[in-house]
Amino acid sequence: MTLNIYTVIGLAVILVIVLMALLADFIAPYSPVEASGMELESPNPLHIMGTDNLGRDVFSRVVYGARTVIVVVLIAVILSGVIGTVLGLVSGYISGVLDKILSFVMDSIYAFPSLILAIALSVALGPNIFNAAVAIAITYIPTYFRMVRGQVLSIKNESFVEMARALGLPITRIMARYILPQLTQTLVVVFSMNSADAVLTEAALSFFGLTVQPPTPDWGFDLYKGRGFILSGAWWMLIFPGGMITLLALGFALLSEGVSQSYVVKEGE
Amino acid sequence: MSEVLLVEDLYVKYYTRRGIISAVSGVTFDVIKGEMLAVVGESGSGKSTLGYAIMRLLPRSGAVERGRIVLDGEDILRLSEEELRRIRGGKVSMVFQDPFTTLDPLRRVLDQFREFLAEHGIDAERGRIIAEEMLEAVGVPKNLANAYPHQLSGGQKQRVAIAMAIALNPLLVIADEPTTALDVVIQRQVMDLLDDVKKRGTSIMFITHDIALAIERADRVMIMYGGEVMELAEKSMLAKRALHPYTVGLLSSMPRIGSEKLPSSIPGYPPDLRSPPKGCIFHPRCPYATERCRTVKPILSEVEKNHFVKCHLVKAL
Repeated sequence: MTLNIYTVIGLAVILVIVLMALLADFIAPYSPVEASGMELESPNPLHIMGTDNLGRDVFSRVVYGARTVIVVVLIAVILSGVIGTVLGLVSGYISGVLDKILSFVMDSIYAFPSLILAIALSVALGPNIFNAAVAIAITYIPTYFRMVRGQVLSIKNESFVEMARALGLPITRIMARYILPQLTQTLVVVFSMNSADAVLTEAALSFFGLTVQPPTPDWGFDLYKGRGFILSGAWWMLIFPGGMITLLALGFALLSEGVSQSYVVKEGE
Repeated sequence: MSEVLLVEDLYVKYYTRRGIISAVSGVTFDVIKGEMLAVVGESGSGKSTLGYAIMRLLPRSGAVERGRIVLDGEDILRLSEEELRRIRGGKVSMVFQDPFTTLDPLRRVLDQFREFLAEHGIDAERGRIIAEEMLEAVGVPKNLANAYPHQLSGGQKQRVAIAMAIALNPLLVIADEPTTALDVVIQRQVMDLLDDVKKRGTSIMFITHDIALAIERADRVMIMYGGEVMELAEKSMLAKRALHPYTVGLLSSMPRIGSEKLPSSIPGYPPDLRSPPKGCIFHPRCPYATERCRTVKPILSEVEKNHFVKCHLVKAL
């Protein structure tokens, strides 16, 4: 795999935001939840991104807000990736009735618009970070499932899988050692593509107040609040959290584009 | 003369969307310890299906409808998946047609080898020793044990596959067209290797479409057509005096060096196994077919000692 410009930029953006989340205590000049200036100060040397309607430093809220989105996205994508991959493997390899049932369930989930489903699920589960992550995870499981299942259907007929069976290897080992490694390329791409999407979904859930509760900083929720002050001319309350959401989503999207491109180049060589 | 494998009245069918295919119909034969039995037939004759049925590795759409497959006194059609795993690779193993895809491209040869041995209860250290011994025995250079499959040539890959197949001293190795994907020089080397395997006391069921190679290399030859056994005899008998019209046709389709005559082909096409012809399955292509051949199915009968033919027209000698 070669690094290309998309991968590098994407990774850089993601890395910066992750570092920001990890080192928030050192980067943020003020507490994100306490007033540190006047209300609705426009950007100035003391508050480089201005202050919100309660006098809190927008920059500090943006920095701490990265934690929420990264935690939710990470849990959601890992959860859906693991569940979707395992179900896809089993379903594709074993096939039969189980495969029919699982495919039906997955297609049903897939048929819903994912955002609507995530909102509904997270309302049903109750608004907190973990439930939001679970809600997002559920909407992405079918993506992994369908992708993995499709590949397994073709890989399981490869001779080396047949050979492994002819040598008496158990199904679980064949799936884990012979089939799963063949899927890594696609999984990496889907993983980062889903992360990009998850960033936006998380922001949407926060926008509706379905993740963290105030005053915990969160980009989506701050965006929602900032919306009310746009007419007062406080553009900074909207632009900065919104810009961060876009930037992080873009980072993941670039990464997935870069990774998939480098695989294409490899195949053509 | 003890038999390693006994197949009795075996029927295998595939249930496909386009209909039910009778891939193997009423096949009976045995494999004796230390012999090479060649199973010869064209595509769709059921020879590979037979191999997969013995391994219990038929695809999902395939099923054994009737019959017995007895390996070393055990009816393998009655075994659980768990018991089958012990037998596969242990008592019976298989070498596949295309060596270019039979090894996992992402793993080193030695790792795959040891994993398979570990599955059969051999610890890591002994596994390494056995694997290295076996690779050496099949003529794969020692330094290639740590290579990835793409670093090996086709012949080397097939050697590795054979090494794995014989590592646990199985009673029977089913070799499904092991040389078809290889050029003739490598083909000879692989066949020599199978000869060596035979000398170790392992029986070989050599599945091929190449009757010349079968007659040259095997001890006995079984001719299959349309999922049925047409003729089964020691190779010398078959070479001297093939009796079934289909076998005769196959033999005369072989080019011969020094012969003035051009090789001739058998007219017509293999039967549609969704609705096989009535009577003898070969009658639509048989130059000697009589009314009886069109209506009554012949049975496989011993026309001379150890020479079985399924044809109305061949009388016992």
